[in-house]
Amino acid sequence: MKKSILFAGVGGQGVITAANIVANAALKQGENVITSELHGMAQRGGDVKCAVRIGDVYSSIIPPGTADAIISFEPMEALRNLNVVSEDGVIITDINPIIPPLVSIGIGEYPPVEDIISRMEKKCRVMAIDADSIARKAGNILTKNVVMIGAANAAGVLGIEKENILKAIKEMLKEKYVEMNIKAFEMGEESVSKYL
Amino acid sequence: MILLEKNRKAVLLGNEAIARGALEAGMDFGTTYPGTPSSEIADSISAMARYMKNNGIEPPFYFEYSTNEKVAIEMAAAAAISGLRTLTCMKHVGVNVASDAIMTYAYVGCNGGHVIVTADDPSAHSSQNEQDNRRFAKFANLPLLEPSNPAEAKEMTIEAFNISEELKLPVLLRTTTRVSHMRGVVELNEYPMEKRKGDFKPGDYVTVPEVARKLHPVLLEKMERAMEMAEKSKFNFIEDFGGSYGIITSGASYNYVREAIDDLGIKAKILKLGFSYPVPEKLIMDFLNNVEKVIVVEELEPFMEEEIRVMAQKNGITTPIYGKGFGRFTPLYEYSPQVVYPTLAQFFEIEYELKEDAVEATPRPPVLCPGCPHRATYYAVKKVAGDDAIYPTDIGCYTLGLLPPYKTADFLLCMGSSVGSGGGFALTNEKKKIISFIGDSTFFHAGLPALVNAVHHNHNFVIAILDNSTTAMTGHQPHPGNSIDGMGNEAVKIDIERVVRGIGVKHVEVVNPYNMKKTIEAFRRAIEFDGLAVVILKAPCILLDLRRRKRKIVFEVDQDKCTGCDVCINEFACPAFYREGDKIKINESLCTGCGYCVQVCPEKAIRRKK
Ligand SMILES: Cc1ncc(C[n+]2csc(CCOP(=O)(O)OP(=O)(O)O)c2C)c(N)n1
Ligand code: SF4
Ligand code: SF4
Repeated sequence: MKKSILFAGVGGQGVITAANIVANAALKQGENVITSELHGMAQRGGDVKCAVRIGDVYSSIIPPGTADAIISFEPMEALRNLNVVSEDGVIITDINPIIPPLVSIGIGEYPPVEDIISRMEKKCRVMAIDADSIARKAGNILTKNVVMIGAANAAGVLGIEKENILKAIKEMLKEKYVEMNIKAFEMGEESVSKYL
Repeated sequence: MILLEKNRKAVLLGNEAIARGALEAGMDFGTTYPGTPSSEIADSISAMARYMKNNGIEPPFYFEYSTNEKVAIEMAAAAAISGLRTLTCMKHVGVNVASDAIMTYAYVGCNGGHVIVTADDPSAHSSQNEQDNRRFAKFANLPLLEPSNPAEAKEMTIEAFNISEELKLPVLLRTTTRVSHMRGVVELNEYPMEKRKGDFKPGDYVTVPEVARKLHPVLLEKMERAMEMAEKSKFNFIEDFGGSYGIITSGASYNYVREAIDDLGIKAKILKLGFSYPVPEKLIMDFLNNVEKVIVVEELEPFMEEEIRVMAQKNGITTPIYGKGFGRFTPLYEYSPQVVYPTLAQFFEIEYELKEDAVEATPRPPVLCPGCPHRATYYAVKKVAGDDAIYPTDIGCYTLGLLPPYKTADFLLCMGSSVGSGGGFALTNEKKKIISFIGDSTFFHAGLPALVNAVHHNHNFVIAILDNSTTAMTGHQPHPGNSIDGMGNEAVKIDIERVVRGIGVKHVEVVNPYNMKKTIEAFRRAIEFDGLAVVILKAPCILLDLRRRKRKIVFEVDQDKCTGCDVCINEFACPAFYREGDKIKINESLCTGCGYCVQVCPEKAIRRKK
């Protein structure tokens, strides 16, 4: 068994923490798991990606065209990594663009979100959710990464028992934020129901 | 704290696994200078020490963030020669700084085990080059271990202490970004808690020429023994998946090879080298004799390949050897399944089609944080010196001044080069203004000798020291300008202004960069001054400031006053600003409330949000 999921987004969105929660949940389920992450430069608002691979895996980089899912916290970051996902895979993406500062000063363009999504739909299934609004409803924009985990799990791409994810959340987040994040997880699960 | 738990499994970063390995091996003494991708090793050790102290436990080791890598090695060498188990970690270019010490340290050797971690960065994800430090093992004559994943990283760290102690020779443990920053499942075992003292006994440790000549053959003899150890090491093993072709590999490359076996259905014998220098000759020769042809899979330099080719020639073995130049294998950039799969398919003559439909997406390079004091400095400097100055820069967050709209970075070699090169530019480009930028951590690391040089020779340029009271780029480690050290102990704070004055700089000013008018005036005076001038920009990294702040402060644009002149976006470019239709707004979740933009806006349209 092999499962490959790419978490993508922008520095500061909690991409690495999300991947880390999923990795710990996989271990709690008794699975072998590896992740890859890039630190350093990526933290200052640059693009961030983090692969989570579960099962009989060795490479921390996902071979192109083989990922079961991309979980993206920002639409253009999903597109940037499109070549990683398999045609049978699924992309779950948030729909709120973060315009790169260079685009704001006139260097490069940010395509309309609908175009990004239809470009991706040519390759595989896409589930688009407004994770920003859901996270705010759950109590704080910072719970967005857990909203995305909830969506991914409900869509069946993680293959991890909910109970193990909740245990990992409890173990890894500060106690005072746990309740809010469990709510965010459940609202995330709910958010993809229209696609299932 | 997971890193201090026992008898369980945990998902650890490669770097955390090295820190844990050191703890389990009974490390007594640890030193570092931070640098990606090595930083989390030392940061984990620092976190363990502080956690223990906060819980009333005396840490079983001493640890420090040294001023630079050379000092880190010298500190650790003294502990190791006194019989203690010692760890020093750094990024690949850090070894260049430490190399003066390391080259002779190899002659002198150690008594307690000393593990020197070099974290290399193929693809230069966060570095100024992608040098291959396996070459240092051969250059200095030091044994080399190369883990492929976190579990191995922990095991090899422990074993490296043993090897070092047995040979009385420091051992290099080399990771790459993909190993340092890979998470994987690691077993957490017991670790000792007693604190040991060193016991220095004088010996042949003063490397005058006569002693050096005596120690050099001793070193070569140690390396012969190291070769014998490598022949038998459990980290050098063969996996037989059938067929008659062979693969020799190490480090992260092994992971791509091993997975290709499954994904491509390859039949091969893999020789994996974990104890990879000295390259075990007998093991390699036996392997070559048992395969029809072999391919060496290694990132960057053809390090193993060259060794193997020489050995084969010496032993009269003619098995064809493939490596760099075959398929997609070059000395450039990191390997990945994208590089390794098609190349192995070609070597094993099997059908394989790589799915490469890369999508063009607008790049999103990292930028200075909203509210970063460096942005304020660059904005002010640009007002005074414009585009016709030369801006030698240095390494840190502030290197991001390279990007438009600031473009305040023209030349960079290594840490400290802004000050060294500033004098060179000043002497050779007479009509230009020269303004060098250097961060506080970098100033202590390598700026000081260059400043002495500039003062002594009366060089005429401006040095801007960006004092944000931390080593921000690599994860906010403390430096000699801070009052708390890496163990959480009180430390003597070194005052940069007094240092600079003490060295003899005549024109020194300290300003708060968030005050635009005063900063502009200070730079104007510094540029006009005939001689070396130093401006110290003193304001903490905004991320440190935010941690201390109780209430969130944000600013907003008064839409009645805003004329859409775009100065805030086009010239100042704080990433919290964005356009919505023809309106300019501030993204509240990004704004850090520094308030600088109020001074930038010519229409006085920006105000604090109530
Ligand atoms: C020899 C060497 N050691 C370490 C590094 C890694 N490194 C990059 S920037 C930096 C320090 C930056 O600190 P500072 O100068 O205070 O600037 P800041 O990031 O705080 O703006 C370090 C340690 C390096 N590039 N070269
Ligand atoms: S981390 Fe600090 S110094 Fe670095 S860009 Fe952000 S605010 Fe500036
Ligand atoms: S106050 Fe202005 S300059 Fe400072 S972070 Fe907010 S928007 Fe940016």
